[in-house]
Amino acid sequence: MNRVASIASNTFREAVRDRVLYNLIGFALLMVGASLLVGQISIGIERNVVINLGLTAVSLFGLVIAVFIGIGLVSKEIEKKTLYTILSRPVRRWEFILGKFGGLVATLVVNTFFMALGIFAAVFYLAHHFEHADAYLLVALYFIILQFVLITALALLFSAFSSPLLSAVFAFALFIIGTFAQDLRGFAAMVHGVPGWIAIAAAYVVPNFAALNVISTVAHDQPIAGSLVLYNTLYVLLYSAAAVAGAMLIFEHRNLK
Amino acid sequence: MPAIETFGLEKTYTVGFWRKRPRCALRPLNLAVEEGEVFGYLGPNGAGKTTTLKLLMGLVYPTAGSARILGLPVNDPRVKAQIGFLPEQPYFYDYLTARELLEYYAQLSAVEARDRSRRVDAVLNRVGLNDVGGVQLRKFSKGMLQRVGIAQAILHDPKLVFLDEPMSGLDPIGRREVRDLMESLKQEGKTIFFSTHILSDAEALCDRVAILHKGELRSIGVIADLTSSVRGKVEVMWQGSVIPPGVRSLTAECHQTGEMARAIIAEDQLDSTIDALRRANLKLISVTPVRATLEDYFVEKLSPAEVAAR
Amino acid sequence: MKPSLRITAVLAAVLAVCLAAAVVTATRADQARPAATLEAVLYIPSPAMLKRMSLGYTGLLADIYWTRAVQYFGARHVVRSRHYELLAPLLDITAQLDPHLTAAYEFGSVFLTQPPPNGAGDPDAAIRLVQYGIQHNPGDWRLYYNLGFIYSMEKKDYLAAAQAFAQGSKVPNAHPFLKILAARMAERGGDVETARLLWTTTYETSKDPQIKANAISHLRALQVDEVVPKLEEVVRQYTLRAGHDPQNWADLVRAGYLPGIPLDPVGHPYKLASGGQVEVAVPDDLPFITKGLPPGVQASEKPKL
Repeated sequence: MNRVASIASNTFREAVRDRVLYNLIGFALLMVGASLLVGQISIGIERNVVINLGLTAVSLFGLVIAVFIGIGLVSKEIEKKTLYTILSRPVRRWEFILGKFGGLVATLVVNTFFMALGIFAAVFYLAHHFEHADAYLLVALYFIILQFVLITALALLFSAFSSPLLSAVFAFALFIIGTFAQDLRGFAAMVHGVPGWIAIAAAYVVPNFAALNVISTVAHDQPIAGSLVLYNTLYVLLYSAAAVAGAMLIFEHRNLK
Repeated sequence: MPAIETFGLEKTYTVGFWRKRPRCALRPLNLAVEEGEVFGYLGPNGAGKTTTLKLLMGLVYPTAGSARILGLPVNDPRVKAQIGFLPEQPYFYDYLTARELLEYYAQLSAVEARDRSRRVDAVLNRVGLNDVGGVQLRKFSKGMLQRVGIAQAILHDPKLVFLDEPMSGLDPIGRREVRDLMESLKQEGKTIFFSTHILSDAEALCDRVAILHKGELRSIGVIADLTSSVRGKVEVMWQGSVIPPGVRSLTAECHQTGEMARAIIAEDQLDSTIDALRRANLKLISVTPVRATLEDYFVEKLSPAEVAAR
Repeated sequence: MKPSLRITAVLAAVLAVCLAAAVVTATRADQARPAATLEAVLYIPSPAMLKRMSLGYTGLLADIYWTRAVQYFGARHVVRSRHYELLAPLLDITAQLDPHLTAAYEFGSVFLTQPPPNGAGDPDAAIRLVQYGIQHNPGDWRLYYNLGFIYSMEKKDYLAAAQAFAQGSKVPNAHPFLKILAARMAERGGDVETARLLWTTTYETSKDPQIKANAISHLRALQVDEVVPKLEEVVRQYTLRAGHDPQNWADLVRAGYLPGIPLDPVGHPYKLASGGQVEVAVPDDLPFITKGLPPGVQASEKPKL
């Protein structure tokens, strides 16, 4: 496990030294600041706007970071042959994958923490005190982190066998389809016969990102059901474990060029 | 027990998207390297040297056959702890400094935490990079990167060291330093398996060599034994600044410096050469046998037809 | 060995000139396009499609469309436009993206309903919007209030208004006025007092400055509509007694009919016109009035100069 931790912390270090990261964080914080301005135009719903814009910015920017770093996690190392000197050491291939995954997730959690500070600062600035409903923001942020874990696992999976460009396309496509998971299931229920079976299978295999987005609810100061928190956590853990296992499997059998 | 042993190790790639054509990178290879040996793995570019190394490192999987290092299967972590690898034209995480990279590798190689700093400093010193330990690798020149590569290969004091083209990218001083380093590693009793296409390096360092061509092992043995089989050469020196046509037709290796000229001819051409000189009324100064080099052996081994095809 | 100075200068000049020309051309192109299409391009008709495209970030998109709706109305209202065709679709999109954005329903209940130039003049669209809101926020008493408001103010359907207020009064934490309004609707729906009560309630309970300002305008109009006939009656009394029209307000004051020069709610003195008519000094400052308008001026119609 020490080796996995080493690889994870090195992955974290790599992300932190990547200047692109800072630009994206800076931009997201800018969005949070902008939300305060926008709130003044949309009279009567400042808090709504600050929370909507702030959390959406965290979610979208984090998604972009997760995909853009995630797709290169493995493919970049193969391309640049940095893997040669790693795998010639007593590091098992699956340990490498797990370390990479952990490092990126850690990066995203730290990012989210800093951006969350920005949002809470904006919300406090509006009301000059914290309200009970502000605690719901934490749930929304937790779900956003779960969303990152899921997309990172997917990006990692694609990175194990595909070029960065294709991996990015697949990852974003799966995210978009995942937000339609509800519609897909509805559609599947209406179609009968073999196409219906295929549709149902697809609807459940597709990652359910829709369930992880509670931004609008929290923006209206409404609480989130505990059962949803539990379900989402389990779902993301299981699905990510499957995706990471898939990545490990592919990587285990891969001939490095 | 041999340090390295291959049993019919074979690798065929399938090339092409629709009609998959097989390309054989390595024909079944049977090889044994003893502990403490410095073993040279020679061959022209594309012969399969890097493929062999990647198979031994477990980076690619063989199509057939197997290999053992120190008696264990190649992918066994216990093996990995005992070997160091320098890949061809290595590339490292350029956002790290040399020291950070080596510390990271030390962690992965299970070097004890309290030993790490000391080992890293020692190895940086040994490859002559102790001044730039804190510089980011993206600022390193090719030669410096090569040294870092060697450093990471020997950092954890492995029993075997695998080097793919260790002299590549180095200036003459650098190459001399690497040669010296390899010598000192040999003194420490390490087994060195290195591939190169620069024969003079192999000649200087190796106990035994193997020659690979188009994925096939052509010959293997002690250098002295190999070169002794090559037809000997003789150097003939005479006074005068003229090279008689009789000599020039025998060999292309004629040189003229000042008042003297010389030619390198095959042993069996000695009589005809001396005749040609006498006919031209030139005074013979010396006749000296020239030791066959590995290059001679190499060129001879790879038959002229194939050399032309290369 | 250095880059050519001449080429650098030429390229810099080309860059500057081309960029400037491009910017000028773009503004010309914008002017050439008909204004309606400009705005139409800015929104996509189908709320369902928009919801799909939002990838789950419906809250933010709803906020964006809400802002657009407010700005659309505000920009046109300032120039006394009579056309607000896009207001209903924009508010519909906002509501479908985020059914809990109650500010949209309140805004629609006022500014979709009122006749141009103070609104879109489409009370039915407003009713549909607010009913959608009630469906998704059955515990929000304000929405029932908005619904009743539309029925009583524009549709003059006092029964429906009473029903809406009554339903709203049953919601926990409802404003106590709802019960009162429900009762009034049943008895005196068309009363000035009822209207005054409605606008006062709106003013007190709304947080939207635009809606509050609108409510004040209405209250002022109600005052004018009440005062003008009374003033005209006073003038008639004077003419009857004195045998001739009064010259000015001072005559009436001296004769004891009025305590002082009457001022309209924005502070201008009323005008005493010929034939005993009382008019407001600046009709533009008092939208919604139906009495005291100078001849030839229709209610809420004269465009601002």
